[in-house]
Amino acid sequence: MLRILQFLYRIRAFILFVFLEVLAIWMIVSNNSPQGAAFFNSSSVLIGSVLKKQADVIQFFSLAEANEALTSENAEILQQLRLLQIKPDSISIKLDSALAATYQFKGGRVIGNSLRFSQNYLTLNKGSKHGIKPGMGIFNPEGVVGRVKSVSENYSVAFSLLNTGLLVSSKIKSSDVFGSVQWDGKSASEARLLFVPRHVKAVEGDTVVTSGFNAVFPEGILIGVISKISPDEKNPNYLSLTVKLSTDFSKVNYVYLVENTLFTELDSLHRQSEISNEY
Amino acid sequence: MNIRNLISYLLLILFLGVIQVLFLKNLALFGIAFVFIYLLGILILPVSVKTVPLLLIAFALGFFLDVFYETIGMHTAAATFLAFTRSIWLRAISPTGGYVDTEEPSLNEMGLVWFLSYSFPLVFAYSMVFFVADQWGTSGFLGVLNKSFFSSIFTCLLAILVQLLFFKRRRGIR
Repeated sequence: MLRILQFLYRIRAFILFVFLEVLAIWMIVSNNSPQGAAFFNSSSVLIGSVLKKQADVIQFFSLAEANEALTSENAEILQQLRLLQIKPDSISIKLDSALAATYQFKGGRVIGNSLRFSQNYLTLNKGSKHGIKPGMGIFNPEGVVGRVKSVSENYSVAFSLLNTGLLVSSKIKSSDVFGSVQWDGKSASEARLLFVPRHVKAVEGDTVVTSGFNAVFPEGILIGVISKISPDEKNPNYLSLTVKLSTDFSKVNYVYLVENTLFTELDSLHRQSEISNEY
Repeated sequence: MNIRNLISYLLLILFLGVIQVLFLKNLALFGIAFVFIYLLGILILPVSVKTVPLLLIAFALGFFLDVFYETIGMHTAAATFLAFTRSIWLRAISPTGGYVDTEEPSLNEMGLVWFLSYSFPLVFAYSMVFFVADQWGTSGFLGVLNKSFFSSIFTCLLAILVQLLFFKRRRGIR
């Protein structure tokens, strides 16, 4: 018995090493599972505030550029608003709930970002206090940015589109053929459009937009343009499409968050009919 | 190691960690060469530090980095691995006559060639673990090797630069 204890004492460093490694691997795995609750991430107050200070300094230098982008977008929205304004008429129709706003938009600022790993995350300066919920879509005027993963009171962490675990339901705009955009972990400016059947005639330069099927993003938000088409080597039934992303992820800083107010209803309907919505 | 030394080492490690998080987090030369300068804090701890406290320090430091990098567990796993291999590697490349008890394996104490042969394999092992954890199941092994190789070159270069610029030669206490 004493011998065993002595032996164990002699290899205590190795035992501790194995223990710590297993702990670390457990942390990796539990953090990457979709439902895994992550307690230690940049949405905690302390870390969020450090990241925010850092972003304040860095983004100060791109203020002019951001302002310009916001102004031009404002102008565009004003233009659209003018088209929508109907002249007062003698007849008024009461709109029913089917026409009620399904999507709600909120603004936010990116305070933490990475693009060099294969699982990239964003940290935003808005949290549950501001009405942010897990599952909300994120985009900016350039295109789709990501999806909220978890929120704390003041901050939230989101999957970047540059995260191999995120699938975005999308379609080719000209032909309405749908598929899923997923990042392959290589270049920060390219992703893949999966599940497009071989018979589809796709052309380089076709626009890829969100399809609105998975109820995260409204239909028609830009993702990118098709830059390369080749037959899929692994699965001959599908095309392998490379999409050049329209969003410049190295310069993402002001973003919009979108929430589908009917998402819970849709989700429970899907559950009730026992189908999983994979797109 | 007296208490004053201990505090100065802890301050150094913390300082390197903060530099890493604030300035080097998004830095990647040509998209493949990352820099993990905070490893210098683990590398130059004195030879006399035992493996058990070293493992704990590396674990804590890796975790600190992970929280900011949003990569929970990856830096932790890699840094722990580095700490464990460090003691083995130190024993393997010990100079004839062994180490003087208080000696620290730094550039100024041991010379350029020795420091390179000490730090490069360790940083390479670290990078391998880190990138394998990062790209698990997503891309080929070649990409991992590529990233690890250039990252360790970059990190070693920067580690040598930092030591040449900021570390006093032959100091009694840091």
